[in-house]
Amino acid sequence: MSAVLEVRDLAVSRGEQHVLKGLDLTVASGEIWALMGVSGAGKTTVLRSIAALQPFSAGFITVGNVTLKPGALLPESRLRALRGKVGMVFQAHALFEHLSVLDNVTLSPIHALGVTRERAETVARGLLESLGVLARVDALPRQLSGGEAQRVAIARALALDPLLLLMDEPTSALDPARRGALGDTLRALARSGRGLLISTHDVEFAEAHADRVAVLSHGVLVEHGAARDVLQRPQHAATRELLASPDA
Amino acid sequence: MARRARVVASTRRAVAITLRALALAFLWLLTACTVGAPDVSSARSSSAPVSVLRWGGDAEGGAPFVEADPAHPDSMRGFDVSIARMIASGLGREPEFVQVAYANIDASVERGDFDVGLSGVEDRPELRERHALSLPYFEFREVLAVRPEDSTRYRSLIDLAGKRVATLGATLAYQMLLKEEGRSGLIPVSYDDDVHPYTDLAAGRVEAVLLDHVIAERSLVRTGGFVIQPQSAAMGHYVAIFARADSALRDSANLILRDRMRDGSLEQVFRQWKVWDDGQAQHFGRVLAAAPAPMQLAISGAGGGFARYLPALLRAAAITLLLSTLAMALAVSLGAALAAGRVYGPAPVRGMLSVYVEVMRGTPVLLQLFVLYYGLSGVVRLPAFLAAVIGLGLNYAAYESEIYRSALLAIPRAQLEAARTLGLSEFQILRLVRGPQALRLALAPMTNDFVALLKDSSLVSVITVVELTKQTAIYATNIGSWAVPGMLCAALYLMMSLPLSRVARRLEARWSHA
Repeated sequence: MSAVLEVRDLAVSRGEQHVLKGLDLTVASGEIWALMGVSGAGKTTVLRSIAALQPFSAGFITVGNVTLKPGALLPESRLRALRGKVGMVFQAHALFEHLSVLDNVTLSPIHALGVTRERAETVARGLLESLGVLARVDALPRQLSGGEAQRVAIARALALDPLLLLMDEPTSALDPARRGALGDTLRALARSGRGLLISTHDVEFAEAHADRVAVLSHGVLVEHGAARDVLQRPQHAATRELLASPDA
Repeated sequence: MARRARVVASTRRAVAITLRALALAFLWLLTACTVGAPDVSSARSSSAPVSVLRWGGDAEGGAPFVEADPAHPDSMRGFDVSIARMIASGLGREPEFVQVAYANIDASVERGDFDVGLSGVEDRPELRERHALSLPYFEFREVLAVRPEDSTRYRSLIDLAGKRVATLGATLAYQMLLKEEGRSGLIPVSYDDDVHPYTDLAAGRVEAVLLDHVIAERSLVRTGGFVIQPQSAAMGHYVAIFARADSALRDSANLILRDRMRDGSLEQVFRQWKVWDDGQAQHFGRVLAAAPAPMQLAISGAGGGFARYLPALLRAAAITLLLSTLAMALAVSLGAALAAGRVYGPAPVRGMLSVYVEVMRGTPVLLQLFVLYYGLSGVVRLPAFLAAVIGLGLNYAAYESEIYRSALLAIPRAQLEAARTLGLSEFQILRLVRGPQALRLALAPMTNDFVALLKDSSLVSVITVVELTKQTAIYATNIGSWAVPGMLCAALYLMMSLPLSRVARRLEARWSHA
C-alpha cells in the first residue's frame, strides 16, 4: 500500500503559542484514520493545514506528488495540483447555499476542471446515487436534513476524485443509525483506494470504522496505531482521559 | 378558464396597487392643501408687527434687482430693494427682507411668508388671476442673445426652429419659448438661474437665450461672448406681488408708487442702476395717465384641464425612469467594481477607493452635478442628460459599493474555504459563490437605493434636464396650484416605485423560501 499523505514534523504556531508541534502522520491508500482528541487538541488545525487553508511554521506535508512547505499560504493558482488530490468535508458541510444539490456537486468539475456540464452531471448523479441522495438532486441545501447535507458534501468532495478525503467531525450531527451508514460509506471509499483522515472524538465510531487511530493532546501526537490496540489498551494519559470523557 | 382567472387576479392586483397609490396620493394632497392653502384668517400682523413690512426677494437674482451689498453682505441693494423701502416708508413701516427662491415668490406671498414680493416679478395673466399685483413699475423688453457669429443668422425666434434656446424657468420668456416649440419645433431649455443660460450660450450648448433686457445687458457686462439682437421679441412689466386677500395693501402701494413716479424718485432709482431709458419715461407717462400699455404678448389660456399637461408629464416621467435606470446601471457596475477593489485590492487601492466613497457620500449630489456640468465644461462639455446620468451614477456608486462590500464580507468564511478546497480560483469564487450570495443580501438595500434614486433624479433639473418634478413645477406655475399637479406627480412616482418594490420582495421571498 502506497502512502497518499505524509506529514513530517508539522508545527503550527499562533504568535508565541504552539498549536501543533512535531506532528508525524502517514496515511496509506485504502486506510481510514481517526484523528482523535478532546476539543481544542488541534484536530481541525491538522486537517486545515493539509487542505492548505492554514499556513504552518515548520515541517512539510506531501499528498501524492505535491509537497506543501512552511510559510504563508500560496495563492490558489499555485495550489491547483493539490486541490485535485485532497477533498474536504467541513463540519457544518458548507454547501453553497444558493445552488441546488446537483449544482453544488458539478460546480468544481465544470469550472475548475473544465469538464462539460453533461459529463459532470452524469458523474454527479452517479455519486449522489451511490450515497443515497439522488432523490434530492434539485433541492437547495437549506431543504436537506443534516445527514443528507453531509452526503451531498461528500459527493461534492468526491467529484474531483481525490486521493485523500478529509472529514471534520462527521459524526457530530448524526444519530446512531446514520453513523453506521456513514461508516459503511467510508469503508467503500477506502476500498476504492482512497486514504481517509477523519477528525472525531467519537470513540465508538472510531473503534467500529477506523483502521488506525492517532491521538492528539495539546497539539502533540501522543499515541497512534491500530484502532483496537490504541482504544482498548491506551498507553497515554490523554487517551485514557478521552476514553473516559462523558461524550465519548 | 385558468388563464382568465389569472387575468382577473392580476387585474385585481393592479387595481389594489392603484387604489393604494391613490390613497397615498390623497393623503399627500390633504397635507399639501393644508400647508399650501392661503391662510386668510391668520393675521399677517401677528407674524410681523405693524411697524414692519416684510418683503420677499431672491438675492441670488442679483443686481440690479436684489443683491447682497458687497460692502455689507448682511444688507441688500438693488432697484427692487429701493422700491421696497419706498413702499415701506410710504406705509410708515420698516422694511424687512425675506430671502425666497424666485420661482416660489408667488406661492410664498400667498402663504403669508411676507407681505409683498419684489424681485423682478413679471406681470403675467395667470399671476393676475390668483394674486394681487401692483401697477407695472418697470417695462422690460424680451431680447434675444446670440453668439456674435450667429447675429445675422438668428435675428428672431422664427430663425431658431429646431434649435435649443435657453431661458429662466417659470417666466414670460419660457412661456414664449413653449409656444414657439409647438409652432416651429424650437427646443426650450429651462434654467433655474439667469447666469448659466449665457455661459452655456457662449460655450455652444444652446443657440440663443431669450430673457429680459435687464438681465441680458447685465450678463453682457459680466460674461460677454454674445450679442443682443436689437429687435424686442415682446414687452413685459415688473410688478410687486401681494396675497390675493391683501388687495388693500396693494392699493396703498400703488398710490405710493404713483407718487414716486410723479416726483421722480423712482426715475432716480432706475438711473442709479442704469436701467432708465426713453421707453421707461413713456411707460411712466402711460401709467400716470392710468393707462398702462397693453401687453403685446397674449399667452393664451394659461389655466386649463390636466389633460393638456398629461402628455408632458408622462414624457417627463419617462425621462425620470430612463435617467434613473441608466444611472442605477452605472452605479451598480461601478459600485460592484469599487466593492471588489475594497475587499480584494491591496492596501493603497483600498485606501484610494475609500477616499472616493467618502468624498462622494460626504458631499451633496447637487454640488457634484454642478461641478460635472458647469465646473468641468472647460475640459469636457457633456450634454445635460449624459451629465445627469454620470453625476447620479457616480454618486450612487459610492452607496452601492458600501452595500456590496458589507454583503461580500457577510458571506461565511466556510463557504469561501469550501470553494477553495474545490480548486476554484479567487475570481471564480467571487463570480460563482461569493457574488451570487452577496447579491441576495444586497437586494433589499439596492431596491431602497433605486427608489431613492428615482426621487433624487429630480435634482438634475438644475442642469436643465426637465424630468418629472421639474415638469410638475412648470405645470403648477402655469395653473397656479400645486394640488392637481402634485397629486399627478406623486401618483406617477408611485407607479414607478411600487412595482419595483414588489418585484424585489418577490425575488427575496423566492430566494429565502425556495
